[in-house]
Amino acid sequence: MFKILHKQEVAPNVHEIVIEAPAIAKKAQPGQFLILMADEKSERVPYTLSDWDADTGAVTLIVLEAGHSSRKLILMEPGDQIEHVVGPLGVPLEIGHHGTVALAAGCYGIGAILSIARAMRKARNRVIAIVEARSHYLHYYEDQLREVSDELIQTTIDGSEGIKGHAVDVIKKRLEDGEQLDLVVVVGCPFMMMLTGRETEPHKVRTLVALNPIMVDGTGMCGACRVSVSGEMKFACVDGPFFDAHAVDWDELWDRKAAYSQEEIQSVERTEPVVPLRPGSRTDTL
Amino acid sequence: MLSKKERMKIPRQAMPEQAPEDRIHNFNEVPYGYTAELARLEADRCLQCNKPKCIDGCPVNIDIPGFIALIQEGKFIEAAQKLKEENALPAICGRVCPQEEQCEVKCVTGVKGDPVAIGRLERFAADYERANGEVAMPELQPKTGKLVGIIGAGPAGLTVAGDLIKLGHDVTVFEALHAPGGVLMYGIPEFRMPKEVVRAEVDYLEKLGVTFVMDYVVGRNSTVRELLDNEGFHAVFIGSGAGLPSFMGVPGENLVGVYSANEYLTRANLMKAYRFPEYDTPPIRRERVAVIGGGNVAMDSARTALRLGGDVTVVYRRAREQMPARDEEIHHAEEEGIEFKLLNNPIRILGDENHRVTSMECIRMELGEPDDSGRRRPVPVKGSEFIMEVDTVVVAIGNKPNPLIPQTMPELKLTRWGTIVVDEHTMQTSEEGVYAGGDIVSGAATVILAMGQGKIAAQSMDHYLRTGKNPEPPPPPDSGTPAA
Repeated sequence: MFKILHKQEVAPNVHEIVIEAPAIAKKAQPGQFLILMADEKSERVPYTLSDWDADTGAVTLIVLEAGHSSRKLILMEPGDQIEHVVGPLGVPLEIGHHGTVALAAGCYGIGAILSIARAMRKARNRVIAIVEARSHYLHYYEDQLREVSDELIQTTIDGSEGIKGHAVDVIKKRLEDGEQLDLVVVVGCPFMMMLTGRETEPHKVRTLVALNPIMVDGTGMCGACRVSVSGEMKFACVDGPFFDAHAVDWDELWDRKAAYSQEEIQSVERTEPVVPLRPGSRTDTL
Repeated sequence: MLSKKERMKIPRQAMPEQAPEDRIHNFNEVPYGYTAELARLEADRCLQCNKPKCIDGCPVNIDIPGFIALIQEGKFIEAAQKLKEENALPAICGRVCPQEEQCEVKCVTGVKGDPVAIGRLERFAADYERANGEVAMPELQPKTGKLVGIIGAGPAGLTVAGDLIKLGHDVTVFEALHAPGGVLMYGIPEFRMPKEVVRAEVDYLEKLGVTFVMDYVVGRNSTVRELLDNEGFHAVFIGSGAGLPSFMGVPGENLVGVYSANEYLTRANLMKAYRFPEYDTPPIRRERVAVIGGGNVAMDSARTALRLGGDVTVVYRRAREQMPARDEEIHHAEEEGIEFKLLNNPIRILGDENHRVTSMECIRMELGEPDDSGRRRPVPVKGSEFIMEVDTVVVAIGNKPNPLIPQTMPELKLTRWGTIVVDEHTMQTSEEGVYAGGDIVSGAATVILAMGQGKIAAQSMDHYLRTGKNPEPPPPPDSGTPAA
């Protein structure tokens, strides 16, 4: 059992959840992920680590309310116990001295790049964090990211804050303007990761994407998360999550991610809280 | 007292089981097990040989005539305790051991007739004890103050845990998944290995004092070296299993609708997808399922698919005689209406515009010259390609060892297949204080072989923990004398 220490909705449907998990906090490295089960009947679902504190044993995740499993987590309150949390899983992102590193992120990825930015900067890279959202009210972690990056660029698709457009537009413009980027790391939805890769490829900028396919065990045992990279079969859980954006078979990734969309809809209709709701807790989602 | 002649007249007793037409609609266990009357009748068939050969066939050296004699006397609880002297998990072995090629094949009554149904009797005694009151606790040796870390709560790890706790050591078992049992939990289906049985065996070990830590991935949360150097463990046993599914390497294997048997079975068994939506993990419920492979895992996948409502075909590239699955499993699958396409090999899987499986192309095979394994090698028949319409393909062609521990312990010696090198007399790896057993050593083998290796490892670990050395290698085996 893993206690929820803190929970906060940092943007609509985007929740920061802090969990007591000392064995994970002790070993976590940037880019790794955890697998959570809210209760014994839950699916095993991967979530990218946002931050952690080895001293206090706390780990922080950004959970996007997207379906049945995430909803179950979000209906829990501080003090509640998550049945299973396992990790840190996946190969950590290689943090070394690259030069200028652009970190592009959207939705849960905005939280996920926090620890990556901090580590990259500590390794004496110049870190540009580029975060995108549909509108200004969907941005979060502005102060936190500003603190760990040399430059923070926010974009909004509706133009209500920062640069109008997507993170990839910023990267594209900078590359066209002749700015040297030595490494681009993208954490977000597959479409965003694919588009970013497509723009960096002609400029031959090494681009790593954090793939997040469906997983079951997360330790290499089941092969649900297999992806084709340069025509080779890879398991995102033990070979990834980071892969070369220019070598990933994106079509296949999408279709595999959507394999259970019908069942997911069926599940969402039935979400019930793990712990009965208390006065003052969120009931509007039911 | 029955005479030998009278004993030999008793026919081998069948185990009552669910009728095929009923069981294909549920996940309940297929055989019901012996009643007390049937068990005593079957036990009476045992001749109590002076030099019983059956024990030689048992990887864990159970006193087989001993426990059967107790069943003959109606002392069922005592029979279970006798079993547990050598085997901490009799309810499991009674169900999934291939007795027909181990103890039963050596049984003298099998020379002229059918051998004693040792496995069914083992299962009966263990089930009887579990169902009838408190499971007796064996005597534990005085505490040694030594701490043993076991990686993986599967058959090998559970065996080591059971043996070492009885010998007075403190034992912690680390399991990466959320429930203990390893393949017994995620792989073997409920209808063949009820999870309640696994749970009871684990509870028994917990009562003996074994600590289980779930959700702990050795290699990530701690390395083996850290367990030994920083976390106070005096010895470590690696029983992490065969955790990386093999695929065929044919085009179309990443289409939606192609699953490793591990995933297919894990969803159904560990995640209880067959109870979706009560459980959150969706099952793979399709209409036309092809299962590739001829082993027990293929049979388990096929029979699971059938229960989830599909038409199921097993596609295997060799002939029936060469199928590695137990006869009993093949027989059950046939009874349930699973079709077998033998001597056929998939060459590619085809999909629609959404990357979903629509069909599979196979080629017929014929048997050629024997290969390294002594089995005749299947060779494709030119021009015999054909298309099967399927919407799901389950690949059950075996596993490779999980790389997580070797990756994080570079000094550990591996074979060229990635399995861990051990001294077969002690099960010690290339590293002092580190032992290994089960599928991480033997590739993909059986539950009982994993347990047999666990037993050897436990003995040498006990010796090592007490003396700092491994036991001496055994003397060369003597020629032995045939049993009565």
